[in-house]
Amino acid sequence: MDTTNKSLGDYFRHHMREYGLLIALIAIMVFFQVVTDGTLLKPVNITNLFLQNSYIIIMALGMLVVIVSGNIDLSVGSVMGFVGAFAAVMIVEWQVPVSVTILASLLLGTLIGAAQGYFVAYWKIPSFIVTLAGMLVFRGLSLWLLEGQSVGPFPKSFQLISTGFVPDIFPAGLTDALAAMSGSRNFNGLSMALGVVAVAFIIWTGLRDRAHNAKYGIEDEPQAFFVARTVIISGALLFVMFKLSTFRGVPNVLVSMVVLTVIYAFLTANTTIGRRIYALGGNVKAAKLSGIKTERLIFLSFVNMGLLAALAGLIFAARLNTATPKAGFAVELDVIAAVFIGGASMSGGSGKVIGAVVGAFIMGVMNNGMSILGIGIDYQQVIKGLVLLAAVFFDVYNKTKQG
Amino acid sequence: MTPLLEMRSITKTFPGVKALDQVNLQVMEGEIHAICGENGAGKSTLMKVLSGVYPAGSYEGEIHYDGQLAQFRDITDSEHRGIIIIHQELALVPLLSIAENLFLGNERAKNGVINWRETFARTEGLLKKVGLKEAPSTLIEKLGVGKQQLVEIAKALSKEVRLLILDEPTAALSEADSQALLDLMLELKTQGVTQIIISHKLNEVRRVADTVTVIRDGTSVSTTTAASGNITEDRIVRDMVGRDMSDRYPPRPRNPGDMLLEVSDWNVWHPEQAERQVISDISFNVRKGEVVGIAGLMGSGRTELAMSIFGRSYGRNISGRVRLKGQEIDVSRIDRAIANGLAYVTEDRKSLGLVLDETIRTNITLANLPAVSRSGVINENQETTIAEGYRGALNIRTPSVFQKVVNLSGGNQQKVVLSKWLFAEPEVLILDEPTRGIDVGAKFEIYGIINDLAAQGKGVLMISSEMPELLGMCDRIYVMNEGEFVGELTAEDASQERIMSLIVTE
Repeated sequence: MDTTNKSLGDYFRHHMREYGLLIALIAIMVFFQVVTDGTLLKPVNITNLFLQNSYIIIMALGMLVVIVSGNIDLSVGSVMGFVGAFAAVMIVEWQVPVSVTILASLLLGTLIGAAQGYFVAYWKIPSFIVTLAGMLVFRGLSLWLLEGQSVGPFPKSFQLISTGFVPDIFPAGLTDALAAMSGSRNFNGLSMALGVVAVAFIIWTGLRDRAHNAKYGIEDEPQAFFVARTVIISGALLFVMFKLSTFRGVPNVLVSMVVLTVIYAFLTANTTIGRRIYALGGNVKAAKLSGIKTERLIFLSFVNMGLLAALAGLIFAARLNTATPKAGFAVELDVIAAVFIGGASMSGGSGKVIGAVVGAFIMGVMNNGMSILGIGIDYQQVIKGLVLLAAVFFDVYNKTKQG
Repeated sequence: MTPLLEMRSITKTFPGVKALDQVNLQVMEGEIHAICGENGAGKSTLMKVLSGVYPAGSYEGEIHYDGQLAQFRDITDSEHRGIIIIHQELALVPLLSIAENLFLGNERAKNGVINWRETFARTEGLLKKVGLKEAPSTLIEKLGVGKQQLVEIAKALSKEVRLLILDEPTAALSEADSQALLDLMLELKTQGVTQIIISHKLNEVRRVADTVTVIRDGTSVSTTTAASGNITEDRIVRDMVGRDMSDRYPPRPRNPGDMLLEVSDWNVWHPEQAERQVISDISFNVRKGEVVGIAGLMGSGRTELAMSIFGRSYGRNISGRVRLKGQEIDVSRIDRAIANGLAYVTEDRKSLGLVLDETIRTNITLANLPAVSRSGVINENQETTIAEGYRGALNIRTPSVFQKVVNLSGGNQQKVVLSKWLFAEPEVLILDEPTRGIDVGAKFEIYGIINDLAAQGKGVLMISSEMPELLGMCDRIYVMNEGEFVGELTAEDASQERIMSLIVTE
């Protein structure tokens, strides 16, 4: 018994970072839930949390890839604002159909990413400088495009990107019964069903991976940790989805966010392209001498970032129902902070998608909670800054203690 | 003679490992004392105990220095007493001048204002002492490794050194620079500087050392003095590995097969200096099952030749033809060179060969990911199986393939690099200094791997600065000097003298 306790403790210390992040998120949520008298986890506020943070999370996915490859992109806030402005001008002033606008905007973001990536990858100009330039250029271009004014509102079909909800597929009779049971005015069966499916999926993949690891003799998480972690995550998921179903169901952005997160988690962890990006971030010369086309990968990481920044710009504009010259201002800092809170290393080569997403939620919950409490923007900035420093300090402290 | 330093029954334990076990070391005033041992034998740990990196109290045993019990708290403490270590990885600031580096942290200054006149004057004096003819204002980055090593020694001399410790000082030096350094050591000895040299190069040890202490598995095995006449390479090797190594190069049947790789009229220009030709009109070939060596001094262009062939990873305006089994192949990019059957094992495994923060498994599959993936999705289980296979086959000493390579010893790291290139299934392997900085036991294993490759019908092109290694391993040796091949010798005709004379006379 003694030895198992010791090894459990050892395991925890070695994986402090991963568990620490999850624990931090839960602690922050519990804290704000208590001090806001339960406002934080009201269905409407949970929905808001997703709507407010979706664009940060979407960009954090791209930023993680960029940072893992050993670069940084300071321009994403400006690009996001510029693409939103571009879409607004197309729809409102030029009367271009929404679908065409969306495609054109995504293409624009991709091209911007390609342009910046070209200088970083093929001319070896430090990404800090290229994207600092990009930050100024696109900030200026949005001002020029909008002539300093806000442009809006948008047609309903465009707003749906952000503020729409996935329609329920279950018959009204069933959902009414569920509404009565849960004591709420309405109940979205699809939302609850998705929650159950997601939990089943998490448990299934978790067990499958454990079976594989056991088969190949790979050291795995102790059983107790696996069970605890799975129970906590599943419980939280079911709780959130239940809350959503008693409100308006699953927001469209939540779907895009989850789908993108799953895609990028898979891409970074399970594919050759992901592996190669980690390798080049870890040692670009060794990667190159292993036949990896490092320039092309860096170029692609920026193209990808541009595309995601454009998508974020569309979602942001759709949510505000207007494009303003200030849209996306200083957002790059939140995105970068999310990735570093999530455990990525400044020097490249390490960091996980799920970490970046949790990091973004930590920032998001704090923003939201502090706003509910009516804490001024001045204190909010100070607190967020300190949290970022604390997270990275925790990382470094752990490493030096282990090393 | 009296002992300057006596380390008695030093024992140092780390969690789970006894790194040093009752080690004794006695260094006489004014002698050059060599410490030999395989990597991981405990040489560096012993030097860290001596210099206070591991402070008094963190180890057992006693250190007596200059007649007193010494209890160093940290490295500055031991430096004050005149003990200075020059590490394998040089600790100079490349963008500062020689003078600035010499007095870094020890500036000739008053109230924080540097006295440049004194700094430069003293620098010139120190440079003269170590025989380095460079202006004190020369930037470190303009100097080669050999000269940087001399600057390190000058820096030690600036601190009133009594006991100078050199950790593998010639590991990165050319033959000529090594000789100059050894001469300097002998010169410093006449000036009364006691020195400890840690080295793998036994011929150098024999040349300068008055006494040799061999450490194996954390214990001191033997101490031999030159006066006794017993310092021989065979004896040192035997003490180091704990067994007789009558044959340092495992035997291999020599029967080269069909023509495999032919390189003809190869020309390469320097990547930055457009008018400078680095490789001129080189042609050579490697047959199936043949191990071909390239001998030459550092800077003769061996690495540049190899890298320019391997996907033009070095140089500009490259011209020439590469044929494999009679067919001309495209080696214009690294991925194409790999696809066409070439592999290049770099001389600099840490910065060019490995992603140090990644696991053994990740490193092994890196050059051939498609082989463990389908539609771009990696099959991690298959990957693990493959990595485990190489761990067993090449005897990589590690509890699991999920260890980060940064934690492995030099020899095991080199085996990981070799595994990576074996998994890429090349026809021809270019091995650039495949045994640099690794211990005798691991060297022997790597020679075995090379022989296995030859037996499988692969071609091996082996670049090495250690002539005995080339003579022991190769079927044929090309001799290279200043970017040209100046001779070709068969195994029977080759000798160190013939190779040197070819280099010198051309």
